[in-house]
Parts: sequence; C-alpha cells; structure tokens
Amino acid sequence: MLEYVDKIRETARKLLDSGTVEVFIGYKKGSVPMMNEPVLIKDPDQADILWWDSNCALNLCNYLTKRKEKIGILATGCNSRNIVTHIIENQISREQLYIVGVPCKGMLDHRAIKRAVDNKEILEVSEDADTITVKGRDFEKTLEKKEFLQSNCAVCRHRNPVLYDELVADLVEEQEGVDPYKDVRAVESMDPDKKWAFFTRTIANCIRCYACRNACPLCYCPTCFVDESRPQWVGKSIDPTDTMTFHFLRAYHCAGRCTDCGACERVCPVGIPMRQFTKKLNKDAEELFSWEAGLALDQRPPLDVYRPDDYNDFIL
Amino acid sequence: MENKVFSKDEWLEGIKALQSEYKVFVPVKAGDFHKFVRLEEQTIPDLDYQNTRLSPKSLVYPESERMFEFSTDENDPDYNILKEAQKDFGPQAIIGLRPCDAHGFLIVKRNFDNPEYKDPWWVRRYEASTLVGLGCNEPCGTCFCSSVGGGPFDEEGLDVLLFDLEDQYLAKALTEKGSTLLAKLDGGSEASDKELSKAEEVKKAAQEKISSKVDTSKLADKDVLELFNAPFWEDLAFACINCGTCTFLCPTCWCFDIQDEVYQKIGDRIRNWDACMFPLFTLHGSGHNPRSEKFQRVRQRFMHKLKYYVDKYGNGVQCSGCGRCVQFCPVNIDIRHVIELMNSH
Repeated sequence: MLEYVDKIRETARKLLDSGTVEVFIGYKKGSVPMMNEPVLIKDPDQADILWWDSNCALNLCNYLTKRKEKIGILATGCNSRNIVTHIIENQISREQLYIVGVPCKGMLDHRAIKRAVDNKEILEVSEDADTITVKGRDFEKTLEKKEFLQSNCAVCRHRNPVLYDELVADLVEEQEGVDPYKDVRAVESMDPDKKWAFFTRTIANCIRCYACRNACPLCYCPTCFVDESRPQWVGKSIDPTDTMTFHFLRAYHCAGRCTDCGACERVCPVGIPMRQFTKKLNKDAEELFSWEAGLALDQRPPLDVYRPDDYNDFIL
Repeated sequence: MENKVFSKDEWLEGIKALQSEYKVFVPVKAGDFHKFVRLEEQTIPDLDYQNTRLSPKSLVYPESERMFEFSTDENDPDYNILKEAQKDFGPQAIIGLRPCDAHGFLIVKRNFDNPEYKDPWWVRRYEASTLVGLGCNEPCGTCFCSSVGGGPFDEEGLDVLLFDLEDQYLAKALTEKGSTLLAKLDGGSEASDKELSKAEEVKKAAQEKISSKVDTSKLADKDVLELFNAPFWEDLAFACINCGTCTFLCPTCWCFDIQDEVYQKIGDRIRNWDACMFPLFTLHGSGHNPRSEKFQRVRQRFMHKLKYYVDKYGNGVQCSGCGRCVQFCPVNIDIRHVIELMNSH
C-alpha cells in the first residue's frame, strides 16, 4: 500500500490548493514501529507529512463528528462505511465531505507480528507489496502480510470504499468465500455456563480505559452511559459485573451500525478481543434483517426503522 | 551493605520461601505481555522481560480500593456512619520491578507523602513494601529514563538492585529493608570482585544502549501562561481519542475519583483511578466543565507532568521515562515530542 503515499499527498495538496476542502484528514508516519498518527492538515505545504502503510488501522471517521468545515478525508472500505453511517445519523453532511477512497488489502495485526518474534522489541519495520520485514537488536524477520492481517481484515468483504469522490488507486479484488462468523458460531454453541466463563475470561484484563469506546466512530454520544451520574447506570470500579456491563452495553449500542473496522481491538492496551461481542450483533443484523451497516445512504438501519416484514419470531 | 550472588535457580527458589513473611509479587507472562501477580504455588515468575504492560503502581495504589463502608439502614445503630474498610498493610515484596518504576513511586510519593498531605493508605502500603529492582540490560528504544533523572540501573527508590549476569543475579542491598530481605534468602554467596566488575560492565553497556533522549532543562524557567497559551496544543491534541491508556499505564499518574456504591442497605466508598483525559474528570456539580474541549484535557496532562509538577516540587518532571505511553498510545501521541515542543517553545 506504500505506493499510495505519493498519490495521497498529491490529492491532498490539490484539494487544499484549489479550496475544494479547508482541511484534510489522513495519517502521518508514527514515531514507533507499526503506529501511525491521525493528522489534520490545513496547508497544502503540509501534504508531504501524509503517510500510508499497512498500519493505518484506526478509523478516521472518528474525527469527523460535528465538524463544520469542508473536509477531505481518506477512507478505506470500512472507514467509508462508517462515513455513510455518520451521514445517515446526521453527524456530518455529505456536502461537507470530499472522500478520497483508499482500496485496502487489509491492515496488519501488530500483536501477531510481535508474537512472531516472541514479543521481542521491534525497532524497525519496512514493508513492500506482500511482505513486512521487522528488525530488532538481534533479529530480522520477513513475514508474509497476508498471514498477519488483523482478524477483521482477514474476513473483510468490503475492502473497497463504498462512497468516494475519487480513488487513490484502482479498486482491489474483494475476498470471496470468507466466513466472518466462524468464531461467533463457536460461542453460540456453548451452554450458558461456558458462555459466561468465556465472556468473563475475555474481559478479565480490562482496565476501563475506554480506548475501545473512544476509538469507535459510533460512540459519539455527548454523555456516554458509563459517564452519566444522574442516574448512575453502571459502577465505575473494576468490579467484573460493571466491566461486563460496560462491554455488553457498548456492543449493543453498536448493533446494526458496526462495520467491523477493528479499531476497538487495535487500540486496546491489554489486547481484549471485544469484536467477539460486536460480531455477534453484526451476525444477527445480517441474518435477521439482511443488513450490513454503511453500504448505502438511502437505507435506514434496521433498528431505527419499522418494516411490516421485520423479523418478529421473538414476540410470544 | 552487602552484595550477594545467587544462581538464577537459587534466587527463584529463595523468593518462594519469602512467602511466609511477605506477600511476594513477581512479573509473569500473561498472554502477550507481562504483569505483576502474587507469587503462589503455581506461579511461574519470568524475570526475562523488558517491562510489564501496566506499571506496578497498583500494588501500592490499587485501581479500585474500598476506602469506607456504611449502612443505609435507618434501624442500624451505625446508620450512615463511615467506617474504614478492612485493608491489608502486611509486608510485601515486589520482585523484579524496573528502576524507572521505582523512580515512579518516588515521584508519586511527593504528592501522597509530604508535610502538607499524607495519604494514609498509600503511605502505609509503600512503607510496607520492599522493592527489589531488576536493572535493564536491554532498555527499549522508547526508554528515556536517563534524561529524566533515572537510568537503567538507577538505585534510587529501590531496596535491592539485581544485576542479571547471564546465569546469576548479583543482588545489591541498598537499604536496611533490602538487607533484611536478602538475609531471609537461602543460598547465595558474597560477590567477588570479578562479579562486581562484571555488574559494572553490564550497567555501563545498558546505559550506552539508551537511544532515546529528551531535554527538559528549560521547562522550569518557562512562563507558565506562555506555555499554557502556546499555539501547538490544538494540533497536538487532534489525534487524541481521550482514552485512559496513557494515564492508566503510567507509573506516575496519581489522580483518583471517589464513588459511593450502594447495594440494598450496604454501601462502599470506593476510590478509583481517574484520568484527566476523561470529560467527567473536571465536570462541576453545576454542569460547567472548565475543560470541556479535548485539547484542554490533553494540555492538562502534559502541563501537569512537565510544568505544574516541575514548579511545585522543584525536583524534575513527573515522568520516569518508562516509555509505556509512547509505545501504547493508540494514536501515537509521543510525550518525547511534547517535551521537545514545550522545552523549546
């Protein structure tokens, strides 16, 4: 994906220069390996700090909420689906946006890469089209990117942006025949005790830092339920019941809206796989309402609209 | 003070025996990272590590702590009376923490244990702790301890410092507490001159491996309002998602929030770590929030660490250079860059 860098810089410069946009949102290269920093530039001369590689795995849509300017923004498949969701939910207007589509071949799982070198410190990373080479004090290893994709990217069915004004490169081939819900079915097949043990284990390390919530473009409520104090819905200590309540309610708030961008898992400082929760709801939305979030501007999400043929088997 | 040498097996056996007198905490590998846990029968300590994901600050200052308990039952003679919740202040030994984290405790001590204020629980737990440090033979690329008053083998704040000499540990007692702990260990022998000079070599090599440096020299002389009103804060804060990763992983962030939780007729007053990144942190009862904007909260974190603390205590910055926030900030806001911006403003 490195070949996108020049095109991204050129496009941002052109858009800012011509006044098509007032600000441009992209990434700049990070100061530590496999980390990049979201950046907003206003001046065409800053375009050269823009960067793109296989570790641009946050969700830039998160930075759009309620902004007032005319904005240029980079959007991969999942990011563009969140932009669609943002427009539908009135968090930004389509007219304000100039969407620069970035066809995506998947982002890298930095934890899996560290694991592949026994979690030794990686000091330098370089990548080409198919491989990534990591170097530390006493090792160097070249890995096949396709074997180290983030788990959401490995099962992604929308690598290409669904909404854009221009593209930085030709569209990429979509992955066929992926099974996005294999792990969810494994959990569904557990009996309640096993499920509970699985959920408890999944969140055991949570420190309630809310990085998962805050990295998610869907979480834009002015006051989150965990922060509400009148009335207080959920305790704020690390009591497992409260932590579980936070994770489950957060997931439910994402039902029918989540694009499985993976930002929540990417940012977690203690490696909690919270997509196990959101994916179950994505699966339900798909099976019960034939719905995948953020694919079209002219369709309302299933949970904010009534249709006479809605699934209603749960009504006794 | 003595210097003793233990074979690694001897050392690990030895610390098991300490359990009869101390709660012993050791780093263990838990999935992809290391964390401190209480040493028990099945625990496998792993001292071959760079640093724990979370600092050991929770061993003195728990993330959630019951301060008081109370009854909301009107028929209870102690109705609505706060009674101190039971806490354990028994002796504890933290084995294998890094010198930067011991330095972190000293920084927090200036806030929780000073002539003006004493946090009774922090002080008692800290005083009950014996800190057995493990020098860093392989500092991370993100470590900048030596720029902020520490170093990979810094002794300050530790009771014992361990030198990893391949198949042995050289344990250097630094305080009475440290000597007491070492005296309880079986085995070991007085360090020879050869072993002592090997330890010096390991230390020197580690100091040379510190590749990350920051300059904090001008922060104390800066005008506080000029820094507060500096033009870089909004750009700097753009990427921030206002999560608590930096503050919760930090060995020197000490802020807390106090919450009452009531179940049926029994209540607990709990103190939880708080984070200046959270909008709720400064929300007033009136509904007004003096730090309603993200950039104000980001500014607060860095101004506190790098200016207010510097001015208040005259003893350097509120940062031990451990590099956790550099490595794990999900959006790569790098405190080394912020120090550079503030120091050169």
